[in-house]
Amino acid sequence: MTYQLLLPQIFLFLWAILIFIIDFVRKEKKHNLAYVALLGIVITTVLVLTSQKGELFGGMFQADSFSAYFNLIFLLTGFLTIASSVEFTQRLPSNKGEYFGLILLSMVGMMFLASAGDLLTLYVSLELTTIPLFVLASYRKDEFKSTEAGLKYLILGGISSALLLFGISLIYGLTGTTFLTEVRTTLIVRFLSTGNVGPALVLGFIFMIAGFGFKLALVPFHMWVPDVYEGAPTPITAFLSVASKATGIAAFLRVFFHAFLIFQVDWVMLMAVLAALAMIIGNIIALLQTNIKRMLAYSSIAQIGYILLGVVAASSRGVSSVAFYTFVYLFANMGAFITAIAFSHKTGSDEIKDYAGLSRRSPALAAMMAVFMLSLVGIPPLAGFMGKYYLFSAAIEQRYIWLVVIAILTSVISLYYYLNVVRQMYFQTSTEESPILMGAALKTALLICVIGVLLLGIYPNIFLNFANQAAMVFHY
Amino acid sequence: MMVSSSAYLILSATIFTIGVLGFLVRRNVLVMFMSIELMLNAVNLAFVALSRQLGSLDGQVVVFLVMTVAAAEAAVGLAIIICLFRNKKSVNVDDFNLMKW
Repeated sequence: MTYQLLLPQIFLFLWAILIFIIDFVRKEKKHNLAYVALLGIVITTVLVLTSQKGELFGGMFQADSFSAYFNLIFLLTGFLTIASSVEFTQRLPSNKGEYFGLILLSMVGMMFLASAGDLLTLYVSLELTTIPLFVLASYRKDEFKSTEAGLKYLILGGISSALLLFGISLIYGLTGTTFLTEVRTTLIVRFLSTGNVGPALVLGFIFMIAGFGFKLALVPFHMWVPDVYEGAPTPITAFLSVASKATGIAAFLRVFFHAFLIFQVDWVMLMAVLAALAMIIGNIIALLQTNIKRMLAYSSIAQIGYILLGVVAASSRGVSSVAFYTFVYLFANMGAFITAIAFSHKTGSDEIKDYAGLSRRSPALAAMMAVFMLSLVGIPPLAGFMGKYYLFSAAIEQRYIWLVVIAILTSVISLYYYLNVVRQMYFQTSTEESPILMGAALKTALLICVIGVLLLGIYPNIFLNFANQAAMVFHY
Repeated sequence: MMVSSSAYLILSATIFTIGVLGFLVRRNVLVMFMSIELMLNAVNLAFVALSRQLGSLDGQVVVFLVMTVAAAEAAVGLAIIICLFRNKKSVNVDDFNLMKW
């Protein structure tokens, strides 16, 4: 067996442990461990890019182009999160080092999850992803808001994994195996010999979709999102809104496209309805928000609705558009959150009305925020436009015209609240004149996001080729 | 007398439902937490029963991992509840309402 396939995960895990040890041993606490963590992520990225393809443990662990693609998404998100946490951790009263170790551990879970070829691997890596995030969400343990966010996330996370497990137990009972490939062949054999598979399969789908629904913040399961996003430290909110969702998408695609694609009549319609609900409710409630973190929380619920268009299409083009849009969403959403981090470090406020006059205080920051907002709406030539274009065309190809009509109408609604931020920054005045100063790490992170948004909008083909390769993993 | 697998599965589904109901109805964080554990243990029972019925050991392996993960989750969860209790002197979820849409 070639354990080399596991090298990126093992390396990142050891690096996380190393950070815990350094933090425990050192006496002088003045140096920031963020740069050590960033170095670890860069090395892991090199390992992912040079790693081979194959499978381990009889198919429990799949290293293919799909897992490599999503691993890069997780690594980039982790990099941006840690770079934007430098100032946050300097202000923490204690436990500065563990913060980075926990982020890295969560990323190890995500990287295992993208490679899961077995329902058991999927469950364990999902828990490895979320348990550090519970701790991170409640990291300001002296602040009531942060601990409340941690508790809400924990309880909803617990419920979702219980539902997911119940779904897994039904699938196991039906097929006698947890390997996705064997689940698929057993179900096909049973379907061909008896003509139907029975209600247990549909029940299993419903439970598993509910379980993933909590992770993805689909609409009936989205209640925790705004509270957790508002209460958690802002860098962690950014991490949750991008990496945790990308994890949910990767897990959903692995399970439903690997094992259950043949039975798509049983679940595609459900996903279409959930997508429509997410787009409508996410966008409408976002209109009412006055806090930027809550506004971005509802906007992320709506964005998931758009991403589901590609899932509903259930085609190779659909999966590649989902993978591509995840990258687009990463840059725009991380950028918006990093701007919010820089702004709240200086002013201590997350209210949208306090962004008034930002174009005079810090023209560069305001311009970048405007780019991120316009990309989230989907205005050409920014990345959001290309991403939505591929998603919509994948859905139209499979005759989901009604869903695309809803998507376009709700995009128009979303213009209002995204542009409200731009209006505050450019057309409102405030008495405050002092510029927003940022550290080097925060500036670098912002710059990466802006370059990403522009690059993906103008030359989408670079990433689209990778996304197409990732989509080839599944049999349609 | 052999008890049939379906009896175990019905018991498991019942316990799972009790867990869901307890989670929805009770307002004490600790009881809600116990309800989640109840749901996980219902799933464990289903896995063991199915494992016996199918004659495969996979289900029992799953149970070990689920128990381990549940223990880790409980450790983190109870720590967070202690932090909350220090801040608010309460374990009633109705008091944790600083944020509302």
